[in-house]
Amino acid sequence: MIAIVRQHAGYVAVILFLVLLLPPLRRVLESSMALQMLVQVPLLIGAGYLWRDSVPAPVTALIERWNQHGVTGLVLTTLAGAVWMLPRSLDAAVSEPWVAVAKFITVPLLIGLPLGLSWPHMGFVIRGVFLLELIATFFRLGWLYMVSPMRLCNNYLLDDQQRTGEYMLVIGAVILAGVFGKLLWGRFDSGP
Amino acid sequence: MSILRTLLASCILLLLGGTVLTAATDGFRAFTTETARRVAVLRHPPQVPSVSLETQTGARINLADLRGKWVLVDFIYTRCISYCQVLGGEFAQLQDQLAAPIAQDRLVLLSISFDPRHDTPAELAAYQERFRRRGTGWLAARPLRKDDLTQLLRTFGVTVIPDELGGYVHNTAITIVDPQGRLVQILDMGDPKTVAQAVLRNMGR
Repeated sequence: MIAIVRQHAGYVAVILFLVLLLPPLRRVLESSMALQMLVQVPLLIGAGYLWRDSVPAPVTALIERWNQHGVTGLVLTTLAGAVWMLPRSLDAAVSEPWVAVAKFITVPLLIGLPLGLSWPHMGFVIRGVFLLELIATFFRLGWLYMVSPMRLCNNYLLDDQQRTGEYMLVIGAVILAGVFGKLLWGRFDSGP
Repeated sequence: MSILRTLLASCILLLLGGTVLTAATDGFRAFTTETARRVAVLRHPPQVPSVSLETQTGARINLADLRGKWVLVDFIYTRCISYCQVLGGEFAQLQDQLAAPIAQDRLVLLSISFDPRHDTPAELAAYQERFRRRGTGWLAARPLRKDDLTQLLRTFGVTVIPDELGGYVHNTAITIVDPQGRLVQILDMGDPKTVAQAVLRNMGR
């Protein structure tokens, strides 16, 4: 399965993106905060990540000259990620059509794609910093969502928000366990 | 050289990203839609639409008829068992605390229902009775057309979503409308004293 996805990454990316655009699926995924934040947005990021193989080689070569160790790409991913992490943005993506359009364009192109293009060039330390910051973000936001007595999104219910917080703590813990596993038993042969 | 280029590109991105983030949060003041609309209202007070409403007595009024007075607006539905109950109690208290301007006919309190199908004049009157409505100065009303309701919710920035118990969940606040019909300030509920002070401060300006 993973091998097939790798081989046809470009097609998988386009199909995944088009499927996510389907109005019935959009309605379902945007009906809850947990589904939008933890399923829809990550899948859009995934579509952008997989699309990296479709970028023409000369363009990739040019980007690489400005993207030593994948640092530039990581900065872009982090900043775009920060914008789409704001409760305000998630809220507006549901109520304002132009923000929804912006989400479907920028999440794959400014978060997923730069991550995909940069990850292979990122060394052990940079990957570690990225993953630990990601884990910390999941824990911080998850905790905030769990304890906040106020609704952070006008479009979502409070118990949905609290559930999202719990899921985020679980996801953070799973990534952390993955990093530990890699540190204890993994091989570090990828990346320069 | 590649390192320097990367550094340059990253710095440019940081500047751009910082600018976008600053704009997206109104200068790191508003991270939620609720705060954002408060900041926006203070900066550019929007005009309240002139829509017609049916009050608890069955009388028809137009929001534009209330120009010339200060109006305190909240959004409710009478079947509500949580926030609106608090809001109702708060409006009853505000009637006492703002008795003077109300008596001078310079201020009126207005609860608008976003559940007009259920909230008939009788239901609206019963809602007010639950809080032992004191005399006049508090109108409870429902919009008569769906478009009017949509327009009202949009202007006042109220989002209503169905909850799991057959009711609604909505962002709650008390809004001050000035005599020119402009929405000038949005305040938290739960503290009628602060609301009364804010109203008097606005009226004194």
